[in-house]
Amino acid sequence: MKSKKQAVTQQKVSFKVYMKRYWQLYALLALPLLYLLIFKYVPMVYIQIAFKKYSIVESIWKLPLADNHGFEYFIKAFKNKDFLLALRNTVGLNLLDLVIGFPAPIIFALILNELCFKRFKKVVQTIAYMPHFLSWVIIYGLALQLFAPSTGFVNMILNNLGMESIPFLNESHHWVATYAGLGVWQNFGWGSIVYLAAIAGISPELYEAASVDGAGRFKKMWHITLPGIKPTIVVLLVMNLGSILGSNFDRPYALQNKLVMDVANVISTYVYKVGIKGLQFSLTTAVGLFQSVVGVFFLLMANWIARKLGERGIW
Amino acid sequence: MKIKSKSAKIGDWIFVVICLLVSTICLLPMVNLLARSLSATDALIKHEVYLWPKGWNLDAYSMVLTDMKYIRAFFWTVFLTIVCTFVSLAMTTLCAYPLIFEKLRGRSVINIFITITMFFNAGAIPNYLLMQALGLLNNPLVLIIPSCLSVYNMIIMRSFFYGIPESLRESAEIDGANFFTILVKIYLPLSKPVLATLALFYAVGRWNGYSDALVYMNDAKYYPLQLLLYNILNNINSVEVATLEGFSSPGLSESLKAAIVMFSTVPILCIYPWLQKYFIHGVTLGAVKE
Repeated sequence: MKSKKQAVTQQKVSFKVYMKRYWQLYALLALPLLYLLIFKYVPMVYIQIAFKKYSIVESIWKLPLADNHGFEYFIKAFKNKDFLLALRNTVGLNLLDLVIGFPAPIIFALILNELCFKRFKKVVQTIAYMPHFLSWVIIYGLALQLFAPSTGFVNMILNNLGMESIPFLNESHHWVATYAGLGVWQNFGWGSIVYLAAIAGISPELYEAASVDGAGRFKKMWHITLPGIKPTIVVLLVMNLGSILGSNFDRPYALQNKLVMDVANVISTYVYKVGIKGLQFSLTTAVGLFQSVVGVFFLLMANWIARKLGERGIW
Repeated sequence: MKIKSKSAKIGDWIFVVICLLVSTICLLPMVNLLARSLSATDALIKHEVYLWPKGWNLDAYSMVLTDMKYIRAFFWTVFLTIVCTFVSLAMTTLCAYPLIFEKLRGRSVINIFITITMFFNAGAIPNYLLMQALGLLNNPLVLIIPSCLSVYNMIIMRSFFYGIPESLRESAEIDGANFFTILVKIYLPLSKPVLATLALFYAVGRWNGYSDALVYMNDAKYYPLQLLLYNILNNINSVEVATLEGFSSPGLSESLKAAIVMFSTVPILCIYPWLQKYFIHGVTLGAVKE
């Protein structure tokens, strides 16, 4: 009994004592938290214009509600051909990245793991990380030099061999392939870092035991390495699946051109063109809200599925 | 060590060949670009330049290096990158360090407050309206402040801090050091690898970023190099613009384009190999702990 009482009084006193010591930590946190509050939370206040008739002169709190109980702009968006196309392209390009871009780093990590010349491996890694450090504008510049219809490196070779130029950048189907290919080129090396670390964590005893049992290179890869990095694969797959509706701006905007807009316009670039350039703020805020909410939902779903499958998930 | 069988040795060499091919694919575009930037105009027009320059000359580079537009953008971007890197590193440290103290009251609430911002984004238009309300539109500060803290990078730093033995800070606490002293005297000196990694991430992000300038800046004076490059790559194709900008021939504009891409790539390519051992560690930290 006595000790309990003591504990209570101790706690009362200790708040003062606690703050006397710990105020410093709160002081250090103040600036970052203020930053997050202003730049991440305050924008959420503006989400209400998705449900209201926006006007530049009026304060956002006084704006009249949009028609259809405020859902006018969502209905409008889903009747808008350009938006539906952008939605399709976002999901389509992300799925393509998932199918082609996701396995590439895993395969590359497995190949690197088989190299037995340490110096050579280091050099290959350094070279393979390089594309990750290039901006999408630079990659677009490189792609122009490589793939331009008549002056591009690849088409010059094709022409010399007596073949027709391939319209890598200015025909829809080819553009999609180029987009995916450049994505792989940019990310396969960088993406492999995580898998290499996971492979390094696998116990060497497992490999030795497998060697004793007479397992060859590919047997070991299949039965030891891949199961060893499976948790990492699942976590990254969950994150990728969760962002299937997310759209990065830099990559599609840098790579797209007028001739391929039917496949290249994604939600982020649509919002930029229609919202910021075209000033349709309410419509594009609605589109952004749709994207964010569905994005969170997808992430939760993907995580839930991963857990059902007996993996750790991301939280 | 067991002596390898003949088939295993052949296998090793197959992997070496695959890696050589992959490296070639990574480097080829850069080599092609370099060759074009150093080639004579008429060789480019005649489609004769592949991987080796034809009619060696530095005209394109001297044109880039004497044009104030590029020099200005270059130094402006260098300045921006340095400022952003320092500001972001400071913000990241300020955020990550207090969160490792388990005794910090309200820590779980703060963590939730921070994590939500990773998963939910208000969207481009609300952000734009916020910048407008804060008077940051067309203000060079918009290229620094809104991107000065990445929660993802903060988590990497926090994971690194967790790896520093608690006993170090406990003994310092017993000796009467306050939290600020512990940060400066113990944590920061031990955190050079993660500081180097995050400095690289922030610097590359700023050097390569162009979308914020595209959306928030109208004044071409403050365009970072990448946005300038984007505009050049997209305008130069049309003949009118080329003549407007004073290009004497389409061939020169070709090599000029290559030189400008080169010019805006090289700084990053000079830095990253030296930091490789650090950023590998940093990436791994970010992936292991969420």
